[in-house]
Amino acid sequence: MTVHCNAPPHGRGWHSTARRDSAPGPAGASAPDAVAAASTQPTGLRRSRAHAWFVAGFLLLLGGSLHAEPQILASQPPTTEPAMTTTGFTIVAQADPYASDFFDPSLLDAGAEARETETAEADDDLLDEAAYEALEEAAPDVDLLIQRLPEGNFNDRRAVAEELAATGDPRVPVVLGALLEGRLLATAEDPPRILIRAETGRAGRDALTGEPVDADLIASGRRIPVHNPLRNALRSLIAVSTLSAPDPERRATSLRRLMRDDVSPDLLEYLDDRVELEDDPRVMDLLLTVRALARLNVDDAQVRLESVELLRGSLLSEVRVRLEATANRDDDPEVRAAAREALDSIEARIRFFRFTENLFFGLSAGSVLLLAAIGLAITFGVMGVINMAHGELIMIGAYTTWFIQTLMPGALSTSILLAIPAAFVVAGLVGIAMERGVIQFLYGRPLETLLATFGISLILQQAVRTLFSPLNRPVQSPDWLSGTLQVNPVLALTWSRIYIFIFAIMVFVALLLVMKKTSLGLKVRAVAQNRPMARALGVRTGWVDALTFGLGAGIAGVAGVALSQLTNVGPNMGQAYIIDSFMVVVFGGVGNLWGTFVGALGLGMMTKFLEPHTGAVLAKILVLIFIILFIQRRPRGLFPKKGRAAEA
Amino acid sequence: MTQSPWLKSLRTPGVALALTLSAGAVQAEDPIKVGILHSLSGTMAISETTLKDTMLMLVEEQNRNGGLLGRQLQPVVVDPASDWPLFAERTRQLLEQDQVDVIFGVWTSVARKSVLPVVEELNGILFYPVQYEGEESSRNIFYTGAAPNQQAIPAVEYLMNEYGIERWVLAGTDYVYPRTTNRILEAFLKAHGVADEDIMINYTPFGHSDWQSIVADIRRFGSQGKPTAVVSTINGDANVPFYRELGNQGISAEDIPVIAFSVGEEELSGMDTRPLVGHLAAWNYFMSVDTPENAAFIDKWHDFIGDTRRVTNDPMEAHYIGFNMWVQAVEAAGTTDVDTVIDALKGVTVPNLTGGMAEMLVNHHITKPVLIGEIQEDGQFLVVWQTDDLIPGDAWSPHLPGSRDIIADWTPPISCGNFNTVTQTCSGQNY
Repeated sequence: MTVHCNAPPHGRGWHSTARRDSAPGPAGASAPDAVAAASTQPTGLRRSRAHAWFVAGFLLLLGGSLHAEPQILASQPPTTEPAMTTTGFTIVAQADPYASDFFDPSLLDAGAEARETETAEADDDLLDEAAYEALEEAAPDVDLLIQRLPEGNFNDRRAVAEELAATGDPRVPVVLGALLEGRLLATAEDPPRILIRAETGRAGRDALTGEPVDADLIASGRRIPVHNPLRNALRSLIAVSTLSAPDPERRATSLRRLMRDDVSPDLLEYLDDRVELEDDPRVMDLLLTVRALARLNVDDAQVRLESVELLRGSLLSEVRVRLEATANRDDDPEVRAAAREALDSIEARIRFFRFTENLFFGLSAGSVLLLAAIGLAITFGVMGVINMAHGELIMIGAYTTWFIQTLMPGALSTSILLAIPAAFVVAGLVGIAMERGVIQFLYGRPLETLLATFGISLILQQAVRTLFSPLNRPVQSPDWLSGTLQVNPVLALTWSRIYIFIFAIMVFVALLLVMKKTSLGLKVRAVAQNRPMARALGVRTGWVDALTFGLGAGIAGVAGVALSQLTNVGPNMGQAYIIDSFMVVVFGGVGNLWGTFVGALGLGMMTKFLEPHTGAVLAKILVLIFIILFIQRRPRGLFPKKGRAAEA
Repeated sequence: MTQSPWLKSLRTPGVALALTLSAGAVQAEDPIKVGILHSLSGTMAISETTLKDTMLMLVEEQNRNGGLLGRQLQPVVVDPASDWPLFAERTRQLLEQDQVDVIFGVWTSVARKSVLPVVEELNGILFYPVQYEGEESSRNIFYTGAAPNQQAIPAVEYLMNEYGIERWVLAGTDYVYPRTTNRILEAFLKAHGVADEDIMINYTPFGHSDWQSIVADIRRFGSQGKPTAVVSTINGDANVPFYRELGNQGISAEDIPVIAFSVGEEELSGMDTRPLVGHLAAWNYFMSVDTPENAAFIDKWHDFIGDTRRVTNDPMEAHYIGFNMWVQAVEAAGTTDVDTVIDALKGVTVPNLTGGMAEMLVNHHITKPVLIGEIQEDGQFLVVWQTDDLIPGDAWSPHLPGSRDIIADWTPPISCGNFNTVTQTCSGQNY
């Protein structure tokens, strides 16, 4: 099949002739073929309901044909690589139809790729006229269809979108893309004006003409609603057209979509061309995988076997599903065996990564426990105060985060970083007030301390309910705290967990330094070991007590900042952590910071390795039973205090 | 912020007090007492405080319109503090000491189960406004929230038909409502040909916050090539970390949609909604439904609470319906006598806020439309589907082997909440 490149200076994008029997042959010698092949297209297309919109979209977007020789008219400037042509598709790619910034260039590669050269213009002037006229004739249909988008329910909308995709009009991928992203608006007029809101800012353009419209009109437009099934359908409809987008991220997205949609072997030739053109290594990987998946359906057993070999290294779930199908259903026993073997090797690798994933989950659960417990390791571990209000100090830290975030909207990262010292100070001051106000009178009377601090915890909870509201407060996460570090398709580590792990370690190290290297730490340890002796040596024990309690409370507040990124911020949040915190401190050994460290990470690991087998509820029970039994054998925990201090 | 939050919270008890005083001063006749039994402290305060305010608003409005039977209504607010035994105690106090004519209240199923024997013993009327697991019908309780066939079953049918879902994760918090609902759903799914290995059931403790492994499990379960959905009966507080983890692990609503039965506008107002966008919820009311009744209700609520950012939700509508039904029944009966009103309530119809009429059925459940909404960034729902007709609530699920033959009918000759149609006997136990 010959290639016909035309880059009309004022064409309206690339399009197919499929629906336009009246279209004059736009492409020289082979044009009659093109029209003939294309005009038989619609009937052939409707034949298979199963292929549904994916095939319809693909074919008609590119104007090709499954049954007849695929043929897509393209205006590829002669300067670009001719690779696309080997598909037997002739792709009409033209310059941007309306304005260079209207078409999201990544949606429509043609505009970007077709750098208009003067030669192209000169060569194809005639052709272009013809194509343009063809479009002119067809355009009203498309306009009407686009105007019908706001009508009816989601299924009507899907039907219109499919029809639109079938027209191959260059505006369609843009319009559908905007619809997908919720940026397609309709005014209340009749017929409605369809507008596209820009990705950023309040400006926008008319979807039909591409002319810019003012922000007021955009603001008056109502978003055309989409729901998940429709979104999925739209993604499939525009997947093939974005396969050649300049933005590698978009190419990757569309490849992943193709993978899900069961790649049709009819795409193979086009994929071959993309392989020639692709320059991004990551997209290349995906592309090769998609091609190998498509080749699993070809008749030649040797090709299928090669594809299976190629897929052996992939961890993608789509690949596994397809290999599983091949292993069970392929006609050729050799291919079946190869697929089974490939699956086994993939499974073995997955097992390893699942173990790694569990390890990560355990470490991260442990780091949350560590953060929650580390403040208690000071107040309970070092000072021996059973502080039942520890959870509420965490809550105060979390509310501080929320408060700072509401004070400075738009500066998420700064507010989180600022919240760390602020939460330390606020929770620390509350802690000092508690110590001076209540706890100092109750030293040596653990039962009464327990009851008093429990009362304080209830008071703090209800105070927050009355002051703010009983409702949870929304705390947002900055972008760097959300999302995942995708190591490979089966191992993804969430950023927030990674940061919280690092943060927990930092807090622990900082606390360790305070205790071992500062004079406050020295005094704290002295008072904890022998109060009368410390006092005799001139340490103001009351003052040290207050500061120590404030330090523990402040660290609980800092933990609240971290937890606000993981869970609810509400009046009850503290209660979720109080039992876990005591568990960790008791398990690790009262009075030993390293014990808390090992205890927290150990319990986190244990929970996470139990959970997949037992479920969350039973895992929790088993851990509790384990601790009870452990305390029976070693009442002082993992790392008991030794020497005279232990007896005190 | 237009008003400091703590001023606002002072305001509502103030209103109640003012109402009480004015009612006592103006009316020579005794006021009609309306008991309000919602937790104002403890874990459930998060959901129930709003319902208390809703009831105060409805009572205030009724009084402004001349009261009921020429008498003023007097709200009696008690705080059961999220403590289940205390619910029973407070109910006793309302019925014996305060001598209320009707009670509106209770949220959790466990609280309802502890209140039930008390309202039956002391012959009171309780309007219960929350979606629940069914399998109960008491002569003294009117269930204005959804039964499973008015929420869970239509939601699953929607996912089956619209999404073509073939694999199901039933995730819930470990207590009676999720367990019973999931039992019903499991039976329903199996009856529709879903294989055992395509159903994953997972329970988590209350307030579960570390969802890493479970979400990873769901991801794996959903990547077997069949469309997968999560049906979530996860309760309140555990939802934020759950959706956050879904978002963090890159599971979007297009890949694995989550349909929730306990996440409404109120819950969303306390969450960062970004990771939730596109996920679903099934309710009988959404604030975003565009009807004149709803617009009027939202305006009234904003006026009453003094904050236009406050949202309305499904249980609030249930109280609205329940209160109007009770008012209408009292007017029809001409008395607040409990037995007469219970009889008068049957067949009462009042408009619901989404268009259409809610009718009180003989099994003490009501007819409701079912709506499915997609969560939007602003914390509101976009209605993507709704039933054409109103669905009558089933007290007993036809999908469970144990309750298939059981019906509730509080009209003679059956007059029983647990009547076996095969053996033609009333079990004697009414719940």
